[in-house]
Amino acid sequence: MSWYLILSAILFGLGVAGFIYRRNVITVFMSIELMLNAVNLTFITFSYTLKKVDGHIFSFFVMVVAAAEAAVGLAIILTVFKNRETLMIDDISSMKY
Amino acid sequence: MTALIFFIFAGIAVFCGISLVVQTHPIASALSLIGVMGSLAILYLQLGGEFIAAAQVIVYAGAIMVLFVFVIMLLNAGAEGRSLGASPFAKYLGILLLAAFLGLISFVIQAMLPRTEGVVFGAFQGGTALEFGRKLFTVYLLPFEITSVLILIAIVGAMVLARKEL
Repeated sequence: MSWYLILSAILFGLGVAGFIYRRNVITVFMSIELMLNAVNLTFITFSYTLKKVDGHIFSFFVMVVAAAEAAVGLAIILTVFKNRETLMIDDISSMKY
Repeated sequence: MTALIFFIFAGIAVFCGISLVVQTHPIASALSLIGVMGSLAILYLQLGGEFIAAAQVIVYAGAIMVLFVFVIMLLNAGAEGRSLGASPFAKYLGILLLAAFLGLISFVIQAMLPRTEGVVFGAFQGGTALEFGRKLFTVYLLPFEITSVLILIAIVGAMVLARKEL
């Protein structure tokens, strides 16, 4: 069981590393999804250990929120790209153009 | 057998996770993320989460990643260049720090948690759609209904953001 938690920690750490290291907005966004997935794995693991289904439901809600977040986030990325013609976060550092 | 499957798919997940971070092209990163999600679905299945494993494949690897790949194709995103003023020294220091941090976390998890027997496939039968739905529509009914409002807000927000003039 602790192996699953360690795998989850590794995936979360990789997500944080990608979030900080990458400069493409879409890849940064995908790193966030990786972190959400790692948290889901922790929920499912504890659900298995405690023999309760509640963790699965939390993980289901995380998926729903991730879907909503992906829709809105990608719409924001589309709008930013339409206005500035770039996806690199170094070029989008100011909020007002 | 269970441990063997865990190590195979954990290896695939970690490999794809590293690939997500180091690939420069967004499409390669997206495919790596799909690999991570697929192997995590196998691990959920092993932990008794049948419904969640199916939802992971359908919602995450299906719907969300299709959206990502669609946007990458639409924006014609190419490989990213080097950042301004980023020193290679910082990168290696970051890798070192990440490895040290993960080692510390692993040690804490191993040392602090009580000893439990290994994961056995089929030991937890409560993750079926029947049990899941029963709990979702009784105890967690209010959060479920609030979720529908959240989805509605997300749809309206996406449509407002994607308008022609903005």
